[in-house]
Amino acid sequence: MFSRDRWKEILEVLTTNWFRTVLTAFGVFWGILILIILLSAGKGLENGIRADFGDIATNTMFMWTRSTTKAHMGLPIGRNFNFKTEDVNTLREKFPQLRFISPRNQLGGWGGNNNVVRGLKTGAYNVYGDYPEIIQQEPMAITAGRFINQNDIDNKRKVAVIGLGVKNELYEAGEEILGSYIKIQGVNFMVIGAYKKRSGNGNGEEGQKEIYVPFTAFSQAFNRGNNVGWMAITAKDGFPISDLKMDIVNEMKQVHKVHPDDTRAVGFFDLYEEFNRVESLFGAMSFIGYFVGILVLLSGIIGVSNIMLIVVKERTKEIGIRRALGEDPWSIRKQILLESIFLTIISGMAGIVMGALFIYGVNAILDANGPVDMFLNPSVNLGVVSAALFILIISGLLAGFIPAQSAIRVRPIDALRTE
Amino acid sequence: MIEIKDLHKSYKMGSNSLHVLKGINFKVEEGELVAIMGSSGSGKSTLLNILGMLDEADSGSYDLDGIPIKNLNETKAANYRNKFLGFIFQSFNLINYKTALENVALPLYYQKMPRKQRQEKAMKYLEQVGLKEWSHHLPSELSGGQKQRVAIARAMVAEPKVLLADELTGALDSTTSYEVMELIQNINDQGNTILVVTHEPDIAQMCKRIVHLKDGVIVKDEKIKQVRAKAHV
Repeated sequence: MFSRDRWKEILEVLTTNWFRTVLTAFGVFWGILILIILLSAGKGLENGIRADFGDIATNTMFMWTRSTTKAHMGLPIGRNFNFKTEDVNTLREKFPQLRFISPRNQLGGWGGNNNVVRGLKTGAYNVYGDYPEIIQQEPMAITAGRFINQNDIDNKRKVAVIGLGVKNELYEAGEEILGSYIKIQGVNFMVIGAYKKRSGNGNGEEGQKEIYVPFTAFSQAFNRGNNVGWMAITAKDGFPISDLKMDIVNEMKQVHKVHPDDTRAVGFFDLYEEFNRVESLFGAMSFIGYFVGILVLLSGIIGVSNIMLIVVKERTKEIGIRRALGEDPWSIRKQILLESIFLTIISGMAGIVMGALFIYGVNAILDANGPVDMFLNPSVNLGVVSAALFILIISGLLAGFIPAQSAIRVRPIDALRTE
Repeated sequence: MIEIKDLHKSYKMGSNSLHVLKGINFKVEEGELVAIMGSSGSGKSTLLNILGMLDEADSGSYDLDGIPIKNLNETKAANYRNKFLGFIFQSFNLINYKTALENVALPLYYQKMPRKQRQEKAMKYLEQVGLKEWSHHLPSELSGGQKQRVAIARAMVAEPKVLLADELTGALDSTTSYEVMELIQNINDQGNTILVVTHEPDIAQMCKRIVHLKDGVIVKDEKIKQVRAKAHV
């Protein structure tokens, strides 16, 4: 198979008509280039969207209360109620599949008034009373000091972790923030840390203007008693929160004496479901990439097959001579197949290289111009490239098969009949 | 060397069939130089094709050096052609993108002989036909006579039992024809069996025996006194 003469001959045949060979190769080149570009663009979109989700624990739901819409157990319609801190323990006992249950209370938000004061500066920020686990559900980078910990919770310490946006607005550049005090609705909290969230999901600016304080201190300082505003619930890996959410909601309805059919009383948002919807979009995109790419590649392969048929036709006489000289049919078939595979692979490789250069160029442009929403690091992995190579070899075989058959059907006597 | 008995062959031409060979019997001994003569349509080319295993007879037997040639599949036929027969064609049939040396070495390549050995042997035969210096030229750079000599070297290189030549001088002028025939005679002098199909009487006279074919049967089979080509050159 790797005999020098065979390869010499393949090159001789393919280089006799350079222009034709290049045109034919272009079909396959183009097909594989399109395949690579489509797949990498899909991957870029996927990477971008995944980055926007960030490291957020996606197996998470959020749950809050609203007023009831059905009378139940002697209680009237339109009743307001709250989750209680005991609910957290109830859920923990009933649902061992849950990894984190973070109750949260909140001040401000959605265009609230100025609620934070430091010296002469004021600002309107979202202030959250949270448990330390929240940092695992909603990851953020601590840029100074530390995040809240269990001791803060236990001792109801009035400490706060502020976002970068808060720092920029309330502090002068270069000012030390750790140990300083800010006044949240008249209550002083000591700043113990600063965080930075990954921007890029559209509300990046807002995300940096938050203040985190211990849940217990929040409740006490702002008279929430044992009320809980909302909960962020993350299930353990392997237990999709989508399967658990109705049980959790129903449990809460039962505890708070809400009619089981009352669908409005407990509000929730299933992040996992959203994420899965996006995941299936990625699947669809890569399917389209493969589908369109392979169809384009197919037309290139038909081109190769077509040209190989012409080559065989042109070489009818030569094939006849060779058979008269005693070359066995298999050797001729092998020759045609190798020519076709060689042509396909060479042009396919060129397409892959070109695709790689294209991706490299796009990445360079992206790097130079800063991040773009929903698009990041377009790429194809080694698996895709080897799949493409595999497709190429198979298609080279297919493209050569019919011409090779027609080559061995050439009867030497017909081929040699003097013209 | 060659023994055929009661050979028949007919071709289908649409609804009617054309009976080309109507019972041919003949024998060729080792070392003979036989001319097969006949006008066009006499069946001489068909006979040569059957002898060359390029075509199959409808009935009758064909033994080559004691081996019955019958019901060959393509692979087997290719193998026999390669080992037993050397072909020389009217239109030379060299492969035009290969050099003279590569053309001569082809039959050896099909025998899977190692490259170096193959080239040495091909070179030896090229030298014998007097074209050593032309070994790396393409057929397009050679004259008609040179091409035919390359073709003869190619036919000889596998040391076949029989050389089959189909109108080998048909495309050459008479001087070149005689040169080529001189080469053929020399090869025959070394003991090789050669069959020449021709319709030119002067070429036929340079063989040792003439078989006249007419309408698919042998009408005359005579031993003649060979005319040496050298005298004409």
